[in-house]
Amino acid sequence: MGQFAYFPHTGEDIKAMLEKVSLRSLEDLYSDVPEEFIRKEEYDLPEALSEEEVRARFAGLAAKNRPMKVFVGAGAYDHYAPSVIPYLLSRSEFLTAYTPYQCEISQGTLRYIFEYQSMICSLTGMDVSNASMYDGPTAAAEAMMMAMASTRKKSRVLLSGALLPGVIKVVSTYAKFHGVAIGLIPVMGGQTCINCLKAELAKGDVAGVIVPSVNRYGIVEDHTGFADAVHAEKALFIEYCDPSALAVVKTPAEWGADIAVGDGQSLGIPLTYGGPYVGFMAVKKEHLRKMPGRIVGQTTDKEGKRAYVLTLQAREQHIRREKATSNICSNQSLMALYVTIYLSLMGAEGLREVNQLSASGAAYLHDRLLETGKFEEAFPGKPFLKEFALRPLVPVEKLQEKLLAAGYFAALQIEEGIVTFCVTERRTKEEVDGLISIIREV
Amino acid sequence: MKYYDKLIFELSAEGRNGYSLPKNRFPSANPLPKSLTRSEAPLLPQVSEVDVVRHYTNLSQMNFGVDTGFYPLGSCTMKYNPKINEEIANLPAFAGIHPLQDASTVQGVLEVYYNMERMLAEITGLSAFTFNPCAGAHGELTGLMVMRQYHLCRGDLGRTKVIVPDSAHGTNPASAAVCGLEVVVVKSKENGRIDVNDLKPLLDDTVAGIMMTNPNTLGLFETEIKEIASLVHAAGGLLYYDGANMNPLMGVVRPGDMGFDIMHLNLHKTFSTPHGGGGPGSGPVGVAAYLEPYLPLPKVVRCDDGSFSILQDRETSAGKVSGFMGNFGVILRAYTYLLMLGKENLRKVGEFSVLGANYIKESLKDLYKLPIEGVCKHEFVFDGLVNDGGHDEVHGATTLDVAKRLLDFGFHAPTIYFPLLFHQALMIEPTETESKETLDAFIAVMREIAREAAEDPAILQEAPHNTPVRRPDETAAARNPILKYTDSKPCE
Amino acid sequence: MSKIMEGLLYSESHEWVKVDGDIAIIGVSDFAQKEMGEITYVDMPEVDDEIGQGETFGALESVKAASDLYSPVSGVVVEVNEELEDAPEKVNEDAFENWIIKVRMSDKGELDGLMDAAAYKAMIEE
Repeated sequence: MGQFAYFPHTGEDIKAMLEKVSLRSLEDLYSDVPEEFIRKEEYDLPEALSEEEVRARFAGLAAKNRPMKVFVGAGAYDHYAPSVIPYLLSRSEFLTAYTPYQCEISQGTLRYIFEYQSMICSLTGMDVSNASMYDGPTAAAEAMMMAMASTRKKSRVLLSGALLPGVIKVVSTYAKFHGVAIGLIPVMGGQTCINCLKAELAKGDVAGVIVPSVNRYGIVEDHTGFADAVHAEKALFIEYCDPSALAVVKTPAEWGADIAVGDGQSLGIPLTYGGPYVGFMAVKKEHLRKMPGRIVGQTTDKEGKRAYVLTLQAREQHIRREKATSNICSNQSLMALYVTIYLSLMGAEGLREVNQLSASGAAYLHDRLLETGKFEEAFPGKPFLKEFALRPLVPVEKLQEKLLAAGYFAALQIEEGIVTFCVTERRTKEEVDGLISIIREV
Repeated sequence: MKYYDKLIFELSAEGRNGYSLPKNRFPSANPLPKSLTRSEAPLLPQVSEVDVVRHYTNLSQMNFGVDTGFYPLGSCTMKYNPKINEEIANLPAFAGIHPLQDASTVQGVLEVYYNMERMLAEITGLSAFTFNPCAGAHGELTGLMVMRQYHLCRGDLGRTKVIVPDSAHGTNPASAAVCGLEVVVVKSKENGRIDVNDLKPLLDDTVAGIMMTNPNTLGLFETEIKEIASLVHAAGGLLYYDGANMNPLMGVVRPGDMGFDIMHLNLHKTFSTPHGGGGPGSGPVGVAAYLEPYLPLPKVVRCDDGSFSILQDRETSAGKVSGFMGNFGVILRAYTYLLMLGKENLRKVGEFSVLGANYIKESLKDLYKLPIEGVCKHEFVFDGLVNDGGHDEVHGATTLDVAKRLLDFGFHAPTIYFPLLFHQALMIEPTETESKETLDAFIAVMREIAREAAEDPAILQEAPHNTPVRRPDETAAARNPILKYTDSKPCE
Repeated sequence: MSKIMEGLLYSESHEWVKVDGDIAIIGVSDFAQKEMGEITYVDMPEVDDEIGQGETFGALESVKAASDLYSPVSGVVVEVNEELEDAPEKVNEDAFENWIIKVRMSDKGELDGLMDAAAYKAMIEE
């Protein structure tokens, strides 16, 4: 086996370089390290594989996964991914660049982030967006900390019990260590209960309130009166949104939110076992200075050309250190590019169509499943789009076992006695009918 | 690089689109009630597929990546990103898997997590890893959560401080603050290492731990690490290792052996996954065996029958830190890298990265100020030019000017003005994947720039000269923020 | 050379105070604005906020730096200089003309701990 392909050093090179640094051997490079810490034992690792062997290894690993027809959402949605996107993302100038610190040779990255920010503002109706965050749940946690930093003498953040379980867990973890108490707002009839919210707000210790725009049951929530109630207590109103659904549902801005967060995954990002996805955060203008994360702004260069730079960096961790609102020091840039290209290709009309197709499939499945007599409605009459909840009348384990055997991932138990289904535009009529006929046999 | 001045919105024409969706085979769903729908459609571009491909291709051509050229960005480990990693990560067999699927249907995925954990444990000398953090800073925060959770679970509630060296990455103090810890700074000595005498009085029963990186941000090995570790442990604190600087230790030194209890790794640095213009990365956190019960969940475990399952709940766990189990796509790339690298090449990663850094340092230290002599590890810091060309009242060339001038010669700039210990810091990290020819070319250009500075610093101060844009006005950008298209207009 | 205004009181963190009855008018010194370079944003408290001596009441931001502002006196904020919201550069233009906040002092005795112009001059020349 020849020299490893990623190391260009010839024997001559090593000799010449060692000479220049006045050392005799490569070991001497570690002469400052106490002897006892230099590892002498061989590492218990596999030997190097060739590319062909690596391919074979992964073919074997891939074969251990079972391809499933996905009828679950719960924070990760199997939407159509246009072929253009992976093609453009694989361009090495995007893929192998670092954070755009040297703006003169990073105008490509900076420009698409500016476009991304613009599109997130359009979808949410908010004034300003950051350059993206890790994922939806962590973006919600950042919003929680932002609410604490923006209000005075408040100790608690309220979370709707209708948020995705993962969002509640992540925000609660951050809150625990950040020294913030979390209160859960009960759910009534499948929707965040406004009277319960008001009762909690009346305690006077609430810095922020996070509620889902489309909730864990797939229900499109009605937030009439929420913003007024929250603002009356000088707290921040935060909406957790599905950006794909935002093409049709009322925007966080229209509901009066101060901050909109969510996961961009539903904008065509492949499931890939949970990541990489991309979190987004957009806020009203007055909260700009407290917003965490990178931001790209437009300016001109010294020849008067339009140019883009990282801006408002004085808010950020590398300058503020322990005084920063957040420790985030990057964005999910390539995934922000993914979302930007997706939204360019789809436009408002394509997104509307995605919602229409998904909702039609979901409504069909919903009605047929009720006809099987194996379910009853969990929240009768509540409006939904691609995802919905039912109450199973058969044992859930038995139901799931049957589905699993048939290659269907469906009927996710989201809490005791409630399962959810999700239909995206990728599910064919045959697949939906197949699912129904399996369930009929349970 | 050419200048291209369009935003995708400016290519838009009513009625165009770039998508392909199936016809609706279902009865149309009832529309949502008006009270729940948005009043107007979002403003998004209306462009064809060709428009999109050309636009983003043009944008890419204003970007510099590792595939374009040498990227000596200190502390960022901009090594070559192997292409087989991309091929594997893009396999359709992994792309369609839902993160909540039953473990029995994702055994291949779980095996990747498990094997990767075992390999990282062996490389670092730690015992268990979580892959849930999505970036280095996220890993840092997670690691500190584990540290606090350990103390809290033991009923040791008063440990609210974390010690951070003055040379630390800016993220360290920020992560500590987010985690509810108070930051106490320990000073560096003249030789750039932590001052153990300054550390001693800081250690008491209010200290949760210390965050270090070794080699530190000056690229210097903390030679007194053994004493530091025993002092901190004796005081009941834990040692946190910031894995940003793991590259030089690959195959030579293991953080676990040096006494570190918790660390994060940056798969996008040490393990060759691409930076993607700022992310996605992956920041797995490793811990010594006694800290495993405090790791975040979910986590992959191996069952007695050799199959893999997912641990969802454990009372002592710090909690959940991201939506699912981190950036699986990035983990796949890093796993591919390690399989390609193999144990026989591991040590060369460390050695060649250190050799390259010392080679550049020794080749330039007559023209750039080297504040601390001696062998460095994977990176080192110059404190500006020896002769910046300034005389009398005339201001000479600064580190910023050197950085900008490098762009004209087709190199990315080093990290500048960090660490904060020096005023004109230029932090250079070459990595093991750069050839001697590349390093020689860089050295020659740095020498040429030093000559220009001495003779006519204005050449540097006016730089860059041939990039698509030149020194954009950052003050104007911050004073009057234009942050979205509707507030923007093309220049005249 | 930084300008120093006679008749004002100064803190070690480079704020100046002009006393007007029980109101303290607070700004930053010319030395401080020069150190910051081009100021891009002045972060200010809200009217009616209570602040204690030595506590941060805001910050100055430039492109690459941020510097906290520390209150030289305790009291309640009665006015903030709203002009600075849209024109932070005014602090660069004249740091003494462009005050930042006005505070109704709760303890005028705290003023005794501040420096006069001569003492401040000596401090920054050190």
